Amino acid sequence: MKLSRTSGRQRRALSLGAALAAGALALTACGTDDNSGLPGAVDFSVEGLTCGPDGTLLASGSSAQANAMEVWVNTYQANCEGSQINYKATGSGAGVQEFLQGTTAFAGSDSLLSPGEVEESRSVCRDGGRAIHLPMAAGPIALGYNLPGVPELTLDAATLAQIFDSRITRWDDPAVAALNPGVDLPDLAITPFHRSDGSGTTENLTSYLNESAPEDWPHEPNKSWRGRGGQSADGSSGLVGMVQQNEGAISYFELSYAHQNNLDTVRIDTGAEEPVEATVENSSNAIAEAEVIGEDGDLALQLDYGSTAEGVYPIVLVTYEIVCDRGNEPGTLDLTRAFLNYTAGEEGQRALAEIDYAPISDDIVEQVRQRVEAMD
Amino acid sequence: MTAKSTDVEPAPRPPEGSGGSTTRLGDRVFSNLSKGSGIALLVIMGAIAVFLTIRAVVAIRANDGNFLTTFAWEANADPPYFGIAVLLFGTVVSSVIAMVIAVPIAVGIALFISHYAPRRLSTPIGYLIDLLAAVPSIIYGLWGALYLVPRMTGLYDWLDQFLGWTKVFSYDGSPARSLMTVGILLAIMILPIITSVTREVFKQTPKANQEAALALGATRWEVIRVTVLPFGRSGVISASMLGLGRALGETMAVATVLSPSFLINASVLESGGGTFAQNIASQFKEAGSMGRDALIASGLVLFLLTLLVNGAARLIIARRKEYSGANA
Repeated sequence: MKLSRTSGRQRRALSLGAALAAGALALTACGTDDNSGLPGAVDFSVEGLTCGPDGTLLASGSSAQANAMEVWVNTYQANCEGSQINYKATGSGAGVQEFLQGTTAFAGSDSLLSPGEVEESRSVCRDGGRAIHLPMAAGPIALGYNLPGVPELTLDAATLAQIFDSRITRWDDPAVAALNPGVDLPDLAITPFHRSDGSGTTENLTSYLNESAPEDWPHEPNKSWRGRGGQSADGSSGLVGMVQQNEGAISYFELSYAHQNNLDTVRIDTGAEEPVEATVENSSNAIAEAEVIGEDGDLALQLDYGSTAEGVYPIVLVTYEIVCDRGNEPGTLDLTRAFLNYTAGEEGQRALAEIDYAPISDDIVEQVRQRVEAMD
Repeated sequence: MTAKSTDVEPAPRPPEGSGGSTTRLGDRVFSNLSKGSGIALLVIMGAIAVFLTIRAVVAIRANDGNFLTTFAWEANADPPYFGIAVLLFGTVVSSVIAMVIAVPIAVGIALFISHYAPRRLSTPIGYLIDLLAAVPSIIYGLWGALYLVPRMTGLYDWLDQFLGWTKVFSYDGSPARSLMTVGILLAIMILPIITSVTREVFKQTPKANQEAALALGATRWEVIRVTVLPFGRSGVISASMLGLGRALGETMAVATVLSPSFLINASVLESGGGTFAQNIASQFKEAGSMGRDALIASGLVLFLLTLLVNGAARLIIARRKEYSGANA
């Protein structure tokens, strides 16, 4: 009796185990080879890519350009066997730090180096060189919101500043209504969300608010949030989640995040005839209007946040690759040059628009190529 | 040490000479290994303390604000100014909430497993609780942010209705990403460690004591009250301290769920506040060299806080031990 019971239990256990194993096999069979996590439209084959020497390149920095880097790195590696490029999206601050310690060939950053950091770079750059900024990708910072029944919303710098500074607290506020005639705004509290971690995105948005509406946004532009009230979340993905989850929420993140999650984005009333939408083309137009403020080959850009030109989206984030103007490590210099030549080249820039980044405008990208060539 | 080993020397040898000598070699190796581990531990702790202190001193010297009272974290500014008041408050409050919720539940579960549940039920429940410990904290964070937070508003509205006058439980209806939610999440996270240690301690209660109490006509609850709980008290305290240690240092779950800000909000239901570990995680990415040193200084405070808590726990256990049944 007892014996037969245990054997029955064993049999049941066995059959359960077999079912589990079969299930596991069936599941693994579903995997595909595409692990890039990128939209399927991206094609890694490119013609006329000039490969550098074999070797490994280390770089790190801004996570804002992480998706662009992923496409660039995959394309370059697919075309140049033997080259390994390792970009860690650690954040601009950490990237710059690693570059200044001499452990990486270049850093990605979405804010400019301080004069002190440029001075510090002289110790890692060869031949009396120093660090320079090469603008490589740009992208609109979209203002995503969650208001069911309001697919189109227009705001200007002043109302945005007051919303993010908790002075406009309801969606049916007269200031919002004045910008959206004919739109049925709900009687709902506004929950503005900002980044809880330090971020170049925050710095760019607050630069825009501070320059375009200094009276409504008295806070200095900064990587960390200085506005009053509101809620915060970690990273762009955190903010997207919060906006999706909370009716009445508004926040800011790179355009790709808004697209991937089907969020409505705010059109900005810049003073131009038509309110400007956050699109790749409109932010390319903003880059075209930007001014180079760097000296001696440095290509640091200054955006014109107050532009009233047609189709210029004012809130744009530019990510720079930070390199030594005369190269740092002789061992990786040629590979660095080849890779940046590709990213700044026509093919590299064309790849950007497919993934919601804006290419750098022609005359500036031409200068970038010259700087890359001059690294030796 | 040497005196001891000479004491052992003249002890009667086992008949097989070779066997005896290997045992003594094994003893020596083992004793040296454990001594080495102990020393290594001290060295590691010392090294951490020295590292934290050196970097912290750099940051605190450069600090333009007051390290203890400034309500801001602008460590990358020039001059930097930052303070830990908000972080200390947030860390302590969220951990206290977690402890208040978790300890009674953990003790309840432990008692259920050790004294009430039939064996067929107690083993799977024990496994299930232990399994909670294997869930990575980021999973708790995501679950908290996506599932728990939206479901908290009802409870908070209710609390606000009846206890809103205390200010501590007032609630403005914003998304419930507050210290209270963090506390609840931390409570779930520290449940397994407290439960499993407590359960083991309760199981060790001498059978003789329990049977004696039963013989005197005690009900099952009375048996637990007069034998199990006093016997297990110091164990429960140490288990709680283990849980508290985890709650104090939890990073990802807090960073995902909390809406941090550098203000102390009197209400634990409204967003705001921050914890040491969460602040380090969110500020580190964009921190310059001074920013990192400032974060390390805040880490040192967390280190000291943990030492303090553990020291206090040791004191309590040492005082209570003689009264408990542990040495009966």
